[in-house]
Amino acid sequence: MNELPTTAVAPRLDDGAGAAVGDYVQILKPRVMSLVVFTGVVGLALAPGHLHPFLAAVAILCIAVGAGASGAINMWYDRDIDRVMRRTAGRPLPAGRMAPGEALGFGCVLAVGSVALMGLAVNWVAAALLALTIAFYVFIYTMWLKRRTPQNIVIGGAAGAFPPLIGWAAVTGDLAWGAIALFAIIFFWTPPHFWALSLYKADEYAAAGIPMLPVVAGKCETKRQMLLYTLVLWPVTAAPWLLGIAGWRYAAGAGALSLLFTVSAIRVWRDDTDRNARQMFAFSLAYLALIFALLLADSGIGGGR
Amino acid sequence: MADDPADARMRTIRARNRALLLVLLGLVALFYVLTFVRMGGH
Repeated sequence: MNELPTTAVAPRLDDGAGAAVGDYVQILKPRVMSLVVFTGVVGLALAPGHLHPFLAAVAILCIAVGAGASGAINMWYDRDIDRVMRRTAGRPLPAGRMAPGEALGFGCVLAVGSVALMGLAVNWVAAALLALTIAFYVFIYTMWLKRRTPQNIVIGGAAGAFPPLIGWAAVTGDLAWGAIALFAIIFFWTPPHFWALSLYKADEYAAAGIPMLPVVAGKCETKRQMLLYTLVLWPVTAAPWLLGIAGWRYAAGAGALSLLFTVSAIRVWRDDTDRNARQMFAFSLAYLALIFALLLADSGIGGGR
Repeated sequence: MADDPADARMRTIRARNRALLLVLLGLVALFYVLTFVRMGGH
């Protein structure tokens, strides 16, 4: 699975101007960053205690920049397989608009800068968690798991689940069960989210030599696993309510959303076409955003607890 | 009309320099305010 296709064509950087500002923004994966920032904000909002609004804004900035740094280093490392997949071929590195060294240097500077700023401005527990998140995404997920095992996004999903922990630690300086519950929601949401995408992109993943579950175990097994994970999300999303960090309004909303997510997985399971997988992928994004929006709204309402 | 490659190159470099200037000014402002906040307004 580590062998890469030989069809890749080396990119050309011919005008000597280097990458444009937009390319630097693109390698930060702004869409991923927005979800990371949002879950980090919820961690900040739900944590008991008080953080100066300016320091809270700095913490969010550090989480965003750290996530962007991870994305940039990921794009540097994956530039060979990105060139093979249609979905990623237009990125600055495979398209030849940015030199690999530029992306790596940019990512490393942002990674070190975001961790240092978090430590100096907020606290060193949050900074250590941010450093752990970046290291986990780069070394454990990108360099180790992604090209070796179909469990890549199951274990690697932890990297995407860390931001609420960082937000929580920014306020309290330590971790608690409430923060772990937020981590668990994203951790168990990640596999059905990415497997929905890989169901209708299986050919591209296979061509790039990435052992996603549909490529290795087949679509039927993937759909079964997706359904199981949506069922696991029922008790996991109920955990914030059980732990007392969210009220009954959140519990009711999360239950309804989890029901819809499971129904979506059942439709994918029973359908051989890609249409339902695409719909489930889109819904999975809305699902996570709405779960965390409910948590945020509930923390503001407060009276329901 | 076709874009002159030299002009396009200069535009790219100029835009990048401006973005870098903004980032640096932003960092100066950030550390300035941060110092006051961390000192507790004293």
